[in-house]
Amino acid sequence: MIYARCNRLPRRHVLIGILGSLVALLSPFFKVRPAYALPEKLIPLIREATGGIQPKAGRVKLTLPALAESGHSVRLKVQVDSPMTQEAYVKQIHIFSERNPRPVIARFSLGPRAGRAEVNTRIRLAGTQQVVAVAVMNDGAAWLATAEVVVTAAACVEGN
Amino acid sequence: MAKARIKIPKVVKRGDVFEVRLLIRHPMETGFRYNNVGQKIPKNIVHTVLCRYNGEEVFRAELFPGIAANPYFSFFTTAESSGELEFVWTDDTEVTTSERVAITVSA
Repeated sequence: MIYARCNRLPRRHVLIGILGSLVALLSPFFKVRPAYALPEKLIPLIREATGGIQPKAGRVKLTLPALAESGHSVRLKVQVDSPMTQEAYVKQIHIFSERNPRPVIARFSLGPRAGRAEVNTRIRLAGTQQVVAVAVMNDGAAWLATAEVVVTAAACVEGN
Repeated sequence: MAKARIKIPKVVKRGDVFEVRLLIRHPMETGFRYNNVGQKIPKNIVHTVLCRYNGEEVFRAELFPGIAANPYFSFFTTAESSGELEFVWTDDTEVTTSERVAITVSA
């Protein structure tokens, strides 16, 4: 009798275990931010950049390394799926950062003579964060893409 | 010492899209750093970069402290006629620097 009791798992533990695994299973659905959720503080800046239009997700491809060892120089590539003709071209590309002390990183102005809507550069990142690229077309439409970067050693941490 | 490194193809065919690569030598001081006696190092970044192809502007970048030191850009433009590409950039001390590169366009 005693032997049998010891060998069984206490009911309380079983219940806690079931509850715990349920929470663990369901938490990704509640905690993970959907890819299109923009950082709150960037929304007015993006609106200003596009002239009041809410950009739609798509047509922009933002390439950043998933993991950056140093935030002092992270290579960034923006490609926009758009023709570059007199009738339809990408007018501007804006780059925003979620956690840098200055959220606007750069503004590029292109024209129909560019031939290809692509810009490469190297940016600074103050920690792990989301980077947003917004493309404004000549007809006023706006598109965006986001990328998450894990930064091991952040830029501009000193003095903060 | 060169102020910038610029890479473009030597010869391009008319109508072809080619890549222009530009690396400017500049510290891009953010204004968020302090020196060893605790004084703020004043912000000094290249805030505007532009490229003209035979006098016509083909690329412009407005920069903020989030651009890495020694700013690097690559962009594309279409070959139209032989001539030159002129690169002009200005920093916070209002020093404007320009570099010219010749481009040969074959028919």
